[in-house]
Amino acid sequence: MMAQFADGVSRRSLAFLAVLLAALVVAPWLVSDYLLTVLIVIFYLAYTGQAWNIMMGFAGQLSLGNAIYAGLGAYVAAMLFTRYGVAPWLGLLAAIPVAAACGAVIGFLAFRFGVAGVYFAILTIAFAEFARIGFDHLDFVNASAGLFLPVAQYTHNDLWRLRGSPTMFYYVMLAATIVAFLLSRLLLKSRMGYFWLAIREDEPAARAAGIDTFRYKMYAVMISAGFTSFAGVFYAFFYNNLFPEQVFNISRSIEMILGPIIGGIGTLFGPILGAFVLTGLAESVTSALSAFGIDLPGAKQVFYGICLLLIVVALPEGIWPWLARRLGVAERDR
Amino acid sequence: MSALLCLDKVSKRFRGLVAVDAVSFEVPEGVIFAVIGPNGAGKTTLFNLIAGAMTPDDGVIAFAGRPIGGLAPDAVCRLGIARTFQLVRPFPALSVEDNVIVGALLHRHDLRAAREGAQAVLRRLDLFDKRHRIAATLTLPDRKRLEVARALATEPKLLLLDEVMAGLRPTETDRMVATLRAINRESGLTILLIEHVMRAVMALAGHVLVLDHGVAIAGGTPEAVVRDPAVVKSYLGAELL
Repeated sequence: MMAQFADGVSRRSLAFLAVLLAALVVAPWLVSDYLLTVLIVIFYLAYTGQAWNIMMGFAGQLSLGNAIYAGLGAYVAAMLFTRYGVAPWLGLLAAIPVAAACGAVIGFLAFRFGVAGVYFAILTIAFAEFARIGFDHLDFVNASAGLFLPVAQYTHNDLWRLRGSPTMFYYVMLAATIVAFLLSRLLLKSRMGYFWLAIREDEPAARAAGIDTFRYKMYAVMISAGFTSFAGVFYAFFYNNLFPEQVFNISRSIEMILGPIIGGIGTLFGPILGAFVLTGLAESVTSALSAFGIDLPGAKQVFYGICLLLIVVALPEGIWPWLARRLGVAERDR
Repeated sequence: MSALLCLDKVSKRFRGLVAVDAVSFEVPEGVIFAVIGPNGAGKTTLFNLIAGAMTPDDGVIAFAGRPIGGLAPDAVCRLGIARTFQLVRPFPALSVEDNVIVGALLHRHDLRAAREGAQAVLRRLDLFDKRHRIAATLTLPDRKRLEVARALATEPKLLLLDEVMAGLRPTETDRMVATLRAINRESGLTILLIEHVMRAVMALAGHVLVLDHGVAIAGGTPEAVVRDPAVVKSYLGAELL
């Protein structure tokens, strides 16, 4: 199995990954509590970015509403935990099929009736907005008053019930990011991965090559949705509160896609690198502005926006394809 | 012996225009069969009907004895009919090899086997040395060869070639003709082609069907067809006489 994962990867890439992984494993002992929280946010975005990348980067289906899958995952696991005491890992087993089923409904409506491109994107936004407004009025989930989880006691870590310190959450999210990375690679190098790329590149040509494009687009949406739902479960147990206005908000969906766009859509490492760059940039801008004593409302957003603009203009393919060439670790067979 | 592909009074109308008008013909197994005709004669529409990109309004299209009219393009391909497009459409961001692997994966589930199959096809089309190039960077003749390679990798029983010689220089045309003849001779693959380049049609096809305004006006060996007065009048013009 490990040989399969390493197939076609250069020694240099493996060494690079090993050093990076070692640094991330020891990070909680080296960094402050503040930086640890930043790292958790980075891996959260790296994970959701990878999930989105499966749909958009591999299969070419632009979703601007992936927050719905995270939100559903969060609500399913939180409801099961608060009402019935079901542990989040068991809740995840319910969250994944719920999110995947939601993805299947959206995918079916779009792909069966020829809704493609930007119209597909609009449909995904519509579903996420529908969920936001719907949950806001759904008394069963406490509507706009929100769901609250019992706040964790940091005296001991309970991994099974996801109650514990930031360090525990850090390792959970790091592990999830690694699993998502390995599964993305496995998917990309599979038969289905090749079919996804063909669909992304030219759907009529893919059909002419015998690919049942409806079926493989459905798989892409369902897998992406199922993946994303875990991020929602994590979100619920990390923040301990859920409001429809927040979890289903379109800005959550946009956050998820910025990382892959900045890092490199369709690449394996792009979503992870993008999450580091974006979050690192946002935090640096904040501390730089406060260090210079600048306290203008909106200054952070404007500065952040300008930085993103410069990156996109300079490297329209994303940072990773450029960086990989520089480091001599370009993903082969791409 | 029944023919591999059988069209019986197949028609396709676009509003008032009859693009294909009750066309019937049979393509026996193992032959190279050409459809020629002036622009707008309905050749590409005929191809789209066979390949599943369009549904016929009337008539029966049968492949290996099975009606296929109205099936989806991917279903038609899975039955063993592979096509190329008049305006080539390789997967631009993928490597030459990955383009062909996509085709080879149709009947293979193992990536390694698909890569071997793809490499064999690439050698056949003289693209093996360019297999790591990104498809978008290829020249037009190479993209045309890649289009044929991807179709061949699906291991079809019938290969549909839509103007695969168009835009090629005479030397490139001869190279493509030689490749297609060799594939037909060695594997017995049946080829149905739409072609404007008469040089290629004369060199390749054993049988020619001439379409004009959606109607089949002549059929037979290339030598007989080019002497047919109706064909000369509608299509070839006086210069070939």
